[in-house]
Amino acid sequence: MDHITKLENQTIFIIREAYRQFKNVAMLWSIGKDSTTALWLIRKAFYGKIPFPIMHLDTGYKFKEIYEFRGKYAKEWNLNLIVAKNKEAMNKGMSPEKGRFKCCTELKTNNLKKAIAKYGFRALYLAIRRDEHGIRAKERIFSPRDEDFEWDYKNQPPELWDQYKTKAKDEEHLRIHPLLGWTELNVWQYIKRENIPIVSLYFAKNGKRYRSIGCETCCNPVDSDADTIDKIVEELKISKVSERSGRAQDKESAYMMQKLRALGYM
Amino acid sequence: MEKESLKFVIVGHVDHGKSTLIGRLLFDTDSLPPDKIEEVEKASKGVGRKLEFAFLMDHLQEEREQGVTIDTTQTFFKSPKREYVIIDAPGHIEFVKNMITGASQAEAGLLIVDVNQGVAEQTKRHAYILAMLGLYQVVVILNKMDLVNFSEKRFRRVKQEVEKFLRTIDITPYFYIPISATKGDNVAGKSKNIPWHKGPTVLESLDSLKNRLPAENKPLIFPVQDVYRINGKRITVGRIEAGSIRQGQEIKILPSGQMTRVKSIEKFCEENIDRGDSGESIGITTQEPVFLDRGDVLCEPGKEPFLTDTFGANLFWMLKEDFGKKERITLRCTTQEISCRVTEIKKRINSSSLQVIEKDAGILRNLEVGEVMIKTKRPIAVKTFNDLAELGRFVLVKGNNICAGGIITTIISGRRFP
Ligand SMILES: Nc1nc2c(ncn2[C@@H]2O[C@H](COP(=O)(O)OP(=O)(O)O)[C@@H](O)[C@H]2O)c(=O)[nH]1
Repeated sequence: MDHITKLENQTIFIIREAYRQFKNVAMLWSIGKDSTTALWLIRKAFYGKIPFPIMHLDTGYKFKEIYEFRGKYAKEWNLNLIVAKNKEAMNKGMSPEKGRFKCCTELKTNNLKKAIAKYGFRALYLAIRRDEHGIRAKERIFSPRDEDFEWDYKNQPPELWDQYKTKAKDEEHLRIHPLLGWTELNVWQYIKRENIPIVSLYFAKNGKRYRSIGCETCCNPVDSDADTIDKIVEELKISKVSERSGRAQDKESAYMMQKLRALGYM
Repeated sequence: MEKESLKFVIVGHVDHGKSTLIGRLLFDTDSLPPDKIEEVEKASKGVGRKLEFAFLMDHLQEEREQGVTIDTTQTFFKSPKREYVIIDAPGHIEFVKNMITGASQAEAGLLIVDVNQGVAEQTKRHAYILAMLGLYQVVVILNKMDLVNFSEKRFRRVKQEVEKFLRTIDITPYFYIPISATKGDNVAGKSKNIPWHKGPTVLESLDSLKNRLPAENKPLIFPVQDVYRINGKRITVGRIEAGSIRQGQEIKILPSGQMTRVKSIEKFCEENIDRGDSGESIGITTQEPVFLDRGDVLCEPGKEPFLTDTFGANLFWMLKEDFGKKERITLRCTTQEISCRVTEIKKRINSSSLQVIEKDAGILRNLEVGEVMIKTKRPIAVKTFNDLAELGRFVLVKGNNICAGGIITTIISGRRFP
């Protein structure tokens, strides 16, 4: 079994384990390449009939391509889509100019908190990967968050032999990370193999492309001529720039990511 | 197709140089993005140090400020030969459960020992855990050779000390490699300072390790994960842990002993699949409308695993609270989950010194190993760990948490046939 096939099978196994334990789950779909890949695998795991909602945390600052893609595939894949917005903060005019940390906390983290409270989700699928950021490399596949949404990274539960923390206290929720062991390159290799549709922002136009997408306000494209999946795979095989180098959150301070995550950020 | 990557774990006593070795490996194989080096330089300066390689893996603020690894991390790198996943496991006694989490996912282990200090408490405990996890591909790294003037004599002495201990737990390392992680001697390139070492560098030793093979040539073991109703079909899903399953094949369901045939093998958007192999997550439908549920184990008639409620095991307890004999606790082995009791703790063992603390004991304490007898409420399908790892290992769950890992050593009063 080649490496990508092995990852695929492992991921489907994880997705099914989580759903078996927590019926009240949702998947967070950022519409980026990773969560779209995870969504593809979730469709496989449930034979095209996903038994839970797919949630997009909408900050209002996303690229227009993201909104178009969301509309198109929510329909084509027959998704039960929830678009979650922190309307209160948006009405007050929250924006990155008021501070990135604050903006992310309001429009993403607190937005998510409200949505979880509203729908009562016990577990969330998230498409984070270990190779994205050193903090994410420390994650478990089943990772608990307490009632204040905090990640107790100093005291994580053991995880061995594909046995996960599948039980949680009522006030906790679990983050499920089915793509944790994939690399950026693996994701692209799989996208290519499966022909997964991907937002056009990832493909180079006029010498620039996005390697990681989020809010239009806080993402910068990288120099690249890769305008096909094949070229992206080739580029990644030789590239030395890290993936999130275009993401503002990682630059503010060495520990901004840790602080955001400890508060419940993805 | 891409070659398979190899996952290995680096273990050893705190401060013996795990993080530094990993930093070196990444640096010397050119696996570090420039912005990452910059970020580490900045964070190093922040705590008044120059370039601290350990920061590459130690990302949590506390880890960097206190200079200890708290949790296990995975990082990717490439040699000219293949890709690797490095699992860094914390060496501090407080974090043994994180070390086990990391090591349980590895296919090979590097055991690092500071030549200046020799074997220390966690060196032994970690080596024991590698043995318990069934990791037989082990390379011993003797680090900080620069501190002993690259002395061959010193190397031999520590090597002997390590060898002696590893023999008692049946580990025969593939290599002993003298290195200096900070300076890079024998990490990715041969050392001029250590001309007497004729063996491989760390990187060469890694290239010689093998991937763990899936249990392809063994009889079928297909534990049921769940049953879905899709478009009027009942699809039983799970991952094949051993052997293969074919369309039309006769299968037996444990524990009930019922027989049926595989009507179809199901994957999304794929038609007419005639077989599934070990490691694959698949679904099946059956010819007869049998009742299947999570925890059932499908196998090949005549080649069943044991169905038993009593077996001997080695248990590694990793919870601050003591575990008392006779306490009811939940056991999980593949997707089987059942209440059980430890009826006997024949030996209570210190997992570092491996000394027997007590015979016929009543409790197990944090980080102790027990040679125990387990009795489950109802019979479950098992094998010994040596026979089939996937069905010979289990965890114990108390409250909401995994608190022990176990390996089945002997099967008593087992029936092959229900
Ligand atoms: N002289 C010398 N010091 C080393 C060597 N390798 C690591 N160290 C130092 O030993 C200390 C502990 O190393 P570290 O990698 O953090 O150990 P860990 O706790 O096993 O991850 C650090 O101060 C390192 O700089 C070596 O080869 N030679």
